[in-house]
Amino acid sequence: MRKRSQRLWVIGAAAALLIVAVPLAAIGLKGAANFFYSPSDVVEQNAAVDGKNARIGGLVEHNTVTHDANGVLHFSITDTKNSIPVVFDQIPPDLFRECQGVIAEGKFDAQGRLVAKRVLAKHDENYMPPELYEKMKAAAGDGGMMKCQTEASQTKPGAAG
Amino acid sequence: MIAELGHLLAFLALAAAASQSIFGLTTGGEPARRLAVATGMFTALSMLTLIISFVRLDFSVALVANNSHSLKPIIYRIAAAWGNHEGSMLLWCLIMSGYGAVAALFMRGGPLRDKALGVQGLLTTASLLYLLFVSSPFLRLAEPPFDGRGMNPLLQDPAVAFHPPALYLGYVGMSFVFSLAAAGLINGKIDREWAARVRPWALTAWSALTIGITLGAIWAYYELGWGGWWFWDPVENASFMPWLVGAALVHSLIVTEKRGGMAAWTVFLSVLAFCLSLLGTFLVRSGATTSVHAFAVDPKRGLVLLAGLALTGIAAIALYAWRAPKLKAGPEYDPVSREGALVLNNLFLSVGAALVLVGTVTPMFAQALNVSLSIGEPYFLLTFAPMMAILLLFMPLAPASTWQRTELSPLLKQFWLAGAISAAAFLAILVWRGNFWQAVGVMVGSWVVLGTLQDLARRAGAGGIGRIFRLPLNVWGMAIAHIGIGLFAIGAVTEAAARETRTFPLAAGQSAQFEGWTFRFDGTHQAEGPNYEATRGDIFVTHADGSTETIHPEKRFYQVAETATTEVAIRKTMGGDMYVNLGDTIREQPGVWRIQITHHPLIDFVFGGAGLIAVGGFFALAGRIRRKVQVTETETPPATAPEPAAAPAGAPA
Repeated sequence: MRKRSQRLWVIGAAAALLIVAVPLAAIGLKGAANFFYSPSDVVEQNAAVDGKNARIGGLVEHNTVTHDANGVLHFSITDTKNSIPVVFDQIPPDLFRECQGVIAEGKFDAQGRLVAKRVLAKHDENYMPPELYEKMKAAAGDGGMMKCQTEASQTKPGAAG
Repeated sequence: MIAELGHLLAFLALAAAASQSIFGLTTGGEPARRLAVATGMFTALSMLTLIISFVRLDFSVALVANNSHSLKPIIYRIAAAWGNHEGSMLLWCLIMSGYGAVAALFMRGGPLRDKALGVQGLLTTASLLYLLFVSSPFLRLAEPPFDGRGMNPLLQDPAVAFHPPALYLGYVGMSFVFSLAAAGLINGKIDREWAARVRPWALTAWSALTIGITLGAIWAYYELGWGGWWFWDPVENASFMPWLVGAALVHSLIVTEKRGGMAAWTVFLSVLAFCLSLLGTFLVRSGATTSVHAFAVDPKRGLVLLAGLALTGIAAIALYAWRAPKLKAGPEYDPVSREGALVLNNLFLSVGAALVLVGTVTPMFAQALNVSLSIGEPYFLLTFAPMMAILLLFMPLAPASTWQRTELSPLLKQFWLAGAISAAAFLAILVWRGNFWQAVGVMVGSWVVLGTLQDLARRAGAGGIGRIFRLPLNVWGMAIAHIGIGLFAIGAVTEAAARETRTFPLAAGQSAQFEGWTFRFDGTHQAEGPNYEATRGDIFVTHADGSTETIHPEKRFYQVAETATTEVAIRKTMGGDMYVNLGDTIREQPGVWRIQITHHPLIDFVFGGAGLIAVGGFFALAGRIRRKVQVTETETPPATAPEPAAAPAGAPA
């Protein structure tokens, strides 16, 4: 095989691969763009549609952490302006507690609740994801997180989780 | 005094590294060699003083006060030395200068070694400057506290204690591969001999990186309590990108070494692997991306790292642009040949790395445009997974094909058994489980495992089983690593598709049934650890086969850090792990605990497969070192050494 045709098939194979990979990446990124919400985004965009996948970030709202009769965990995620109820049938992470920044991933049900498949809290208790912080600031100004903590400390609830 | 001594030693290392780079790039020879050894020694001693400060709990050192505590067990006091930003930067410098020192001691002299030590000296100088002036681990506190502030308790764990050294051995090890590439370009000599001498270093770094990533995944699996081992988190991707490029590199080096082909591409990968390591460090340390993993994050340091990355990248690209056009192309080959198969391997691995890169950095750019974007598993499963599935289809064919030209149909016929069994596995899983992607994963995984075994049998030929053990080590390395990949693929898709989890609210005395096992909750008791208090569950388990035992998943509370952690109880079964997590209490129902039980099928295939990849890499390395020793004995340069007769197709993974 001649040198030129050899180079041609390598370039051809690379081009073929890219023709597949680029649209795949574009579809994947587009999917991700319609995936992450703050509670206010959900309310404003009417995103809580039955069966829709979403990832919601915010704080665990004060005084909303309960278990139902079947032991299933219920809580709300808030950005201090709006809040979204979440149902989670697993054990939350160790750093899950009121006013802690969390991210819940799952599907909305018919009642507008997020049925979470996964709930994540940062490994570090003092940390808040920057994008979450931006969204919270947009919703409630700089003092959003402090407001949650002040309310929580005033009423001193029993430890949840 | 000891911290000041460490500080001084780091400055001595800086001086030695700077001189090493000057001598290495100019006159070379003995001075460069000795200086490289000195740089390594000074850095090692500096690290030693830091470890001593941690062991002796010298809380007047700010780093110790912030990251250790008197109640911490000794092994974790040592690990705490690198379990923080400043200490891990010193570890970075140690490993970087360590590679230089080992090369100075064991590499054959000549322009390649001299120039490589020079470039490595430059990189080490830059790293030590960063260490000393941006993140010094030796700072003192004016008023030492009575006790330390402890370390993140999640990190008090054997797997994660040794995760950073292994990861850095790989990550930073790529720096020496970079230096060898730069040296080859400076000398204008990227040929078969160059590739033969680079390959052991690339194999070392890549295998160590494999171990480091695997340790991190194992830790995430049992320590974080939800049984996930890979999250496609930016921090994980940061180490995965150099791994992918490193995997491409150890394969393209084979082509360059055996055939003299792909030289420019191989050099490009050598440079790229280290640039991706730097990019990863920037992503992790700057806080530019959102991660579930906690790191000491500082945007100012991020800028310095970014500048370093840009400088290294631009210098490398300039050097490359200057020399690469002069590199000779290798002999011609047919698309259907071993060269062709390895080109495909490189294309798929590079495109895979590019897709991971896009998924990792896009949120960062989106944030600059004020768009919140969170890219997770769905993106990577859609884009990256299919690429790897196709790559695995080619995997057993490459080592079985011949250089330059292969007849396709005899090649394929040779794998009839592996093909038939894996096709049957595909249909069986599709019918039995109804999950297409699981069926695809198991099919390609078993195809790789069986195809590799069939190839080994063919190599043994008529000589029978006995000859298999006399095959060269690099063939064994290839086979072990490829089987590891296959097992990993089977395990990963099965675990993801067939994982079962249930949460049971149980009061003392109540039982739950799960996957044929019975779990009776007998309440909890308190236990005391060295620096934590634990609530331990007592769960009486009746296995599916009728045998019984009591297991103790626990919740730990670390008083110093005021943090709770979960210690799950894991029981191995034939098909996977039974994973029991003592969850939380229910406020409305006192005495009731929520206990989560998960069955992780074939999870050992995931970690075992990944481990085998590293073992395979080390086998190939051992084969290389043995051959080199033999060559030195016969005084023949390695590049012209005849292939051992038993390895007509010696292609280590």
